[in-house]
Order: sequence, then C-alpha cells, then structure tokens
Amino acid sequence: MKLNLRIWRQASPGERGKMVGYTLHDVSPDMSFLEMLDVLNEQLTVQGEEPVAFDHDCREGICGMCSLVINGVPHGPQKATTTCQLHMRHFKDGQVIDIEPWRARAFPVVKDLVVDRSAFDRVIAAGGFISAPTGSAPDAHAMPVPKADADNAFEAATCIGCGACVAACPNGSGMLFTAAKITHLGLLPQGQPERDSRVLDMLHAHDEAGFGGCTNTGECTSVCPKGIPLTTIAQLNRDYRRAGRRSK
Amino acid sequence: MGKKIIMAVTGALLVGFLLAHMAGNLKIFFGSAAFDSYAHWLREIGEPVLPFGGYLWVQRVVLLAAIAGHLWAATALTVAARRARPVRYAHRPPVQGSYAARTMRWGGVIIALFVVYHVLDLTTRDLNPVAEDGSAYAAVAQDFAPGRWYVTAFYTLAVITLGFHLRHGIWSALQTLGLKSSRPAALAVSLLVCAGFLAVPYAATFGVI
Repeated sequence: MKLNLRIWRQASPGERGKMVGYTLHDVSPDMSFLEMLDVLNEQLTVQGEEPVAFDHDCREGICGMCSLVINGVPHGPQKATTTCQLHMRHFKDGQVIDIEPWRARAFPVVKDLVVDRSAFDRVIAAGGFISAPTGSAPDAHAMPVPKADADNAFEAATCIGCGACVAACPNGSGMLFTAAKITHLGLLPQGQPERDSRVLDMLHAHDEAGFGGCTNTGECTSVCPKGIPLTTIAQLNRDYRRAGRRSK
Repeated sequence: MGKKIIMAVTGALLVGFLLAHMAGNLKIFFGSAAFDSYAHWLREIGEPVLPFGGYLWVQRVVLLAAIAGHLWAATALTVAARRARPVRYAHRPPVQGSYAARTMRWGGVIIALFVVYHVLDLTTRDLNPVAEDGSAYAAVAQDFAPGRWYVTAFYTLAVITLGFHLRHGIWSALQTLGLKSSRPAALAVSLLVCAGFLAVPYAATFGVI
C-alpha cells in the first residue's frame, strides 16, 4: 500500500517544529505502525536525510514507551491498542496519516515525535509506592484481599504509564494516570499506611508538573491502551476527600 | 482540586435552586390565584424576622455567590487547560467525549447570558409586556403569548442548552465529590428539568393556561 504521511518534525526542544509530508510506497498491511516508520527511516537514511525520532521499546504493548497521536487519536484508531500493536491493515491504500507527538506542557518535545515524560516519574516519586519489607516472599494467606478489591486493583495496575490519557485530554490533565496508581495501591492492604499522604502528594506533584484539571470528559479512558476506567478517578476523588477530612 | 470542588458544590446549589424554581413554576397549572399567591408567599418567607421580600434577597445573594464561584472556578480551570497544552494539535477530531461534555464551557456562557435576559424579562419585567407587580400569572401568560412565539423559541433553546449542561455537569460533580455517580440518573434529572421548565412557556403559547 501507498501512504501519504504528515509528520511533526522538530530538531530540538527550543526550535519551532512543523508538519512535513512524506510519501511511502510498498507498505505491507501486516507491518506494525512502528515497522512502517522503520521503513520510512531507512528510506530517509538512504536519501541522506535525518530519520524521524520516535519512542519505542518492547514492541509488545506492555512497556509504555511508544506514543504517537495518529490522525488526532493517541495510539491510533484501534481501541485498547498501543501504537506498536497497531497494524497497517487498519489504514487504507493512499490514506493521509497525520502523526504528532503527545501535546502537553508537562511533556515537552525532545525531538520530532519524542517527548519527555519524566513528569510522570515525579508524580510516582511523590507517592506511587508502598513501604514494605522486601526480600522473602510473604506467607500466601497472611494478608487476605477481598476479590472485588483485588480485581479493581489489578485492572488499575495494568496502566503502563504511556501518557495517552494526557495526550487525549482536552485539559491536558494527567488524572487518569494518577488515579490508576492511587486505585492500584490504595485498594490493597499493603497500600494503606501511605493512603492519605499518597493522594495528597501525588495530586500536588501532578499540578506542579503543569498538567491541567480533570473535567470528566472521558477522552482519556477511550484512548487508554489498557482501558483504565473513569471509576479510578472517582476512587481518587473519594480518597482525596477522605484524606482531607482526616488531616484536619 | 479545590477549584473542581468549588465547581461541584456551587453547581449542586444551582441545581437545587433549579429544581425548586421548576416545582414553583408548575403551580401555574393550578390557576392564576394559586400562582400569584405562591409568588406572594415567596416574599413572606421568614416574616416577621425578615422584611417582606427579605428571604428572596437572601436567596439572590446566595445564588449570586454560587454563580460567581462557578464562573471563577470554570475560568481558572479553562486557563489551566490552555496552559497545559501550549502547542495545539494540527489534526484533532473529538474522540469520544459526549456532546454535552465538549460544550460545557460555551454552553455555560450561553446559559449565563440567558439568565441575564431571563431576570430582565420575568424578575425586573423590563422586557416583559406586563410591568405591574403582583401579577406573576399575567406576566408569564403574556410573555409567552402566541404572538411572542420567538420568546418561547429562545427559552426552548436556552433550556435545552441547560439540559446538556446538566447532563454532563450533574454526573461530573458527583464524580468530583467522590460520590456514587450514574450517567442515566444525570440524564433523567436533565430531562426532568427540560420538561418541567418547557411545560410552562409551551402551555402559554398553545393557550393551555
């Protein structure tokens, strides 16, 4: 298949970027989206041009490195799919595809399609952890967890921290990511000691990083490659209220 | 987070007022005596501690404070949202967000402008064909008279905009407050508010009252 790509090119953080058009021939429908970009980069290298920089790592949909806003949708048109697991058969021959980086003040562009997502690391460092002795495995039945809590915590724990929620949010908010961590840790017994300080500290770090406020539009959950539900944000709000009450 | 809680709490206050206002409006179907005496009773609440009409002024001050808080929080959140995305997307279709969720900001502005018109129309009566006090029934009946169908049409537009605003707003406020939130319940309240508020102008336009 033939594709008309329009890709955001930006040489460095300080420079003004722009959309640049490329035509790519002989794309196999069985290629992943990133393999298609690999082919483009080979072509650019042969032509003596600078290849397009983009983030990727495992290419198995579990690491959270790949990004890309494809035709305005983070991770492209397939639901619950990362860009690396998106295949070219979902596009039409001759289609125009716009590829942009995540757009958020908290995620500045490093180069082309690569953004700096260390704002998420700062949110995690503020409270996305538990304090527990490590080393030997605990006794299997020492700490019972209700089935419903375990299920909800596991669902939230599937968050890979890719940042698609921020990219999709009309407010540039990182609330779904933060809420996934709050839910994941706060529902389990091991997460209880820091439960109150966690929500307050992580929200503070979230706002400090320059993310916007959540208005519950739901764009985040619809593009989330792991389908993290909006109910995690309700859980975060409940924990926030509880922490506020108990800190008085 | 604080701004969102202000948004939710002031919104809840305003929804509470809307429901009471709607219930009061429906008194018009019990006839002009019932409606006018209800309007008179509103001014007697709290007497003799409060002067005649005193309670209404208390309510107006609370409502104005709620509106001011709602507008301030909305503006602050909009500014934060703009700042959070300095470079816009070149290609950006709406993904899933409901029509209601996407039109909260401009819908809110339209509703605010409507409220100004509505107060000039049916509170101060500057824009109403019936000027004298104590004739609430006549003011409503003649405001929405068949010849003034455009007033009814404008109210319809405003109330439907309000319905969309509430459909996302009620659900979102409950979610923000960490309470049990349900989209169908928010839709049901919005439809109830639309039906309750539109019943009166349409009854007047089509000569039921």
